[in-house]
Amino acid sequence: MAENVAFKHIEKTSMIGKRIKKPDAPAKAIGKTRYINDMVLPQMLYGKILHAGRPHAEIISIDTSEAEKLAGVHLVITAKDTPDLKLGFVKDNAPLKSKVLCERDEVAAVAAISEAIAAAAIKLIKVSYKDLPGVFSAEEGLKADAPQIQENFPGNKSLKFEFKHGDLAEAEAGSDIILDHVFNVHYVTHCCMGTSCAIADFDHNGKLTIYSQTQYPYNYKMDLAPALGIDPGDIRVIQPTTGGSFGAKLDVYPYEPVAAILARKTGRPVKVLFDREEEFINSPTRQPAAIHLRTGCTSDGILTFRSADVLMDNGAYTSWGPTVPVIMMRTVSGHYRVPVIDFKAQAVYSNNAYAGSFRGYGNVQMTYATAQHMDMFAEELSEKYGMDPIEFHLKNAQKSGEVTPQKSYLRECVLAECLTTAAEASDYVNKHKSYTEARAQEGRYKRGIGLASSIHNAGGAKIHKSDGCGTILKMDDYARVTVITGASEIGQGIDAVISQIVSEELGVPPEHVTLVNNDSDIGPWDVGVHASRTTFIAGNGAKRAAIKAKEQILAAASKQANVTAEELDLRGGYVVQDKDGAAVIRLDRMLRQMHFQPTPDVVMVSDYYEPNSELEGKDHISDHSAAYSHAVHIAEVMVDTLTGEVKVEKVTMAQDVGRVINQMGLEAQMEGGLAFGLGFALSEEMIFEEGRLLNPNFRDYKVPTAPEMPEIEMHFIESDCEEGPYGAKGIAELPTIVVAPAIANAVYNATGIRFLNPPMNPEKVARAIWEKKQADS
Amino acid sequence: MSVKINLDFTLNGRPVTIEVPAEMTVLNLLRDGLDLKGTKYACGEGECGACTIEVDGRTINSCLMMAADLQGRAVMTIEGMQEGHALHPMQQAFVDHGAVQCGFCMPGMIIQANYLVKQNPQLTREEMKRGLEGNICRCTGYTKVLDAVAAVVGLNENKGLEHG
Repeated sequence: MAENVAFKHIEKTSMIGKRIKKPDAPAKAIGKTRYINDMVLPQMLYGKILHAGRPHAEIISIDTSEAEKLAGVHLVITAKDTPDLKLGFVKDNAPLKSKVLCERDEVAAVAAISEAIAAAAIKLIKVSYKDLPGVFSAEEGLKADAPQIQENFPGNKSLKFEFKHGDLAEAEAGSDIILDHVFNVHYVTHCCMGTSCAIADFDHNGKLTIYSQTQYPYNYKMDLAPALGIDPGDIRVIQPTTGGSFGAKLDVYPYEPVAAILARKTGRPVKVLFDREEEFINSPTRQPAAIHLRTGCTSDGILTFRSADVLMDNGAYTSWGPTVPVIMMRTVSGHYRVPVIDFKAQAVYSNNAYAGSFRGYGNVQMTYATAQHMDMFAEELSEKYGMDPIEFHLKNAQKSGEVTPQKSYLRECVLAECLTTAAEASDYVNKHKSYTEARAQEGRYKRGIGLASSIHNAGGAKIHKSDGCGTILKMDDYARVTVITGASEIGQGIDAVISQIVSEELGVPPEHVTLVNNDSDIGPWDVGVHASRTTFIAGNGAKRAAIKAKEQILAAASKQANVTAEELDLRGGYVVQDKDGAAVIRLDRMLRQMHFQPTPDVVMVSDYYEPNSELEGKDHISDHSAAYSHAVHIAEVMVDTLTGEVKVEKVTMAQDVGRVINQMGLEAQMEGGLAFGLGFALSEEMIFEEGRLLNPNFRDYKVPTAPEMPEIEMHFIESDCEEGPYGAKGIAELPTIVVAPAIANAVYNATGIRFLNPPMNPEKVARAIWEKKQADS
Repeated sequence: MSVKINLDFTLNGRPVTIEVPAEMTVLNLLRDGLDLKGTKYACGEGECGACTIEVDGRTINSCLMMAADLQGRAVMTIEGMQEGHALHPMQQAFVDHGAVQCGFCMPGMIIQANYLVKQNPQLTREEMKRGLEGNICRCTGYTKVLDAVAAVVGLNENKGLEHG
């Protein structure tokens, strides 16, 4: 197979910025992909959980005898079978409950030979409850005579956060305008299309294999182990293809240890799979919050202070939801240049649903408030002093090199470019003026335009001592590359990005790169897919591993070609001369020659990339992310003042992406992220009555569908992040964070009404317009 | 014991003879009885479109149809769209335009999109949006889905030109 390569020249080209197809898309498009929901293991039993369906009660007795007698039932378990097993990072939760603290509480579980039999058995379990008075809001929970929800948390007080910087009294005295509002951010939920599922299987050495939708397979073991009373080392996590996640699977939830307990006790694999109603009731929510925001500004349009007092309904147990103030406070202290900060947040136990992590992580909530205050200032400064609204934003926009009061170091900051780009592209200033003038005129339909921006971590968030990611890369004798990464794929597209990066470095086609990342016994450690970190962290890891492999190959080739390794490059499947691209040897031949020699040299490298960020820390003064990014959204809406319907016609977005890596994947994340923000802003709302969810279905919980999607104009601003792979920053949360306040500001522009409590659904908007009419006349 | 019904129907071009419980839905028959797991369960009440299939050339939510009603009918699922190894042009368009992320809703979405284009090869973007209203996707924000369908419609237009 010798080939004359003497006259072959290969030019240097780059993969970075190209449109790369997701490698798993064809199998998904033809229905061949087996999701965890589709999996069936030999001898597998079906687990089903009995949920309390009431918010607060003593369990007087449980009679499982009828269920146990049903043909096909293998096992019924209750809290008696799982004593001392704890769950959650303050260990306030348990796989099965001896007392009911919220509607979803897991009271008993069944393993049976079919889903139908398991469901029938659940109905045969007789539980006698004594209902207790409940706590259904954070305010109620703080009252002196409120029922105690969790024994170990007196006064119902859960997590608390505080950050202060500068002299608040002085800053207030120096302010010409002070805004003071309470924003109530509501309950929404992820609605992953693939409902929650876990399949547990113990081997006869006591090792658990759990097939899981988790987004953080390595720490997951640490969190799951105490819920089972086993060593974390005895857990193997396999991540089959999952139907979405969006933060919902960033913790261990009771159905997972329940599946494992059933599996251990029956000696058979056990699958627990939610139906849609179970998914709505028993999944985490976004953390709701009452945000009391005060912001000061001078008549020159310079921000003087921000104070935020956040009260959060913790629900019955502590998952990631009530930790969102860690990110909220970065927004309070970092969304524009604010010299004085006073932030506090308190979470209060209740008998409501409990919140987890959710795309945007606290910043969706906080930016809804801060970005509306910015708009209120812009309105007032324009009215009183004739200040241009964009000028106001630009005056307060940080520049590269600035450091926030919490010590977020904004190395590459292009907020100003994002503002001017989006404003010019959408003709914001002119439209805003003309819609304001049109507001007082007659007419059913009113147009509005609204601007919002925010900041978010774009290089991970070091909430654990390591925010790193391991990578193992090997090349075979045919120049095919296998990358074993700690990074999880949940649909977001790290598979495409890693194959693209490896292709860039090793000069092989992206389709010659195979990713292995779904088995914790194989993959090296990673902190999980969250905090917009994966392209940044795992991308850097893949790049560094590929560079190591390249160095090894070029060192071997340089000996053969009698040139230095620096004079060589890898392009198009060849080792080439760097200067003119002249081919030296085919890459696969080179690899075989390295391999088949007396001292074999096989390309097999590893890397652990740790970003240069600082641990969040208890005082919250640290450069906790390796990069920060900004985005500006300008929403254009049409409000039907009769029905209250808000139609978002167009969103112009400008975001600092650092550098585009996979253009197609980047656009897809922007569009999908925006859809989440759109649902949060306009239609999605979990409605609770005394701790019970009233709308656990897609009919009554309205997620956006195709007709609601606006035209989207995207501007990617490339700030060229020094630490990011090829200059890239993390991108996936800002689109969700920024769009809702942009819509709220646009609705104000159209109607003159501020909506402090989302969602801006037709009922709420129509009522507010009617009330304003009554008040005005 | 439930009543069993004998069924004869066509599935992705091949005849099927099977006995099903009277209370079984088409979705459960496909997924559990026939191991065609491309058709997805995501709500079970006709709200999300993940289980969309074609029956006698029209799309339906398979979670809302009883298996017993398939007698004598022709069913096409996502597994029946491609010819041999090659992806159907609609499936290929979804791949090429980045419309697939987690992919869970995609079988239903692709079946519905294909149906819409068969009904009206000159479909406008507004008509696509209306036609896909019953298919929920949580990842994509639908934009790339619409781009994919638009590309197939464009393809049809080009073919029309080529053939005069």
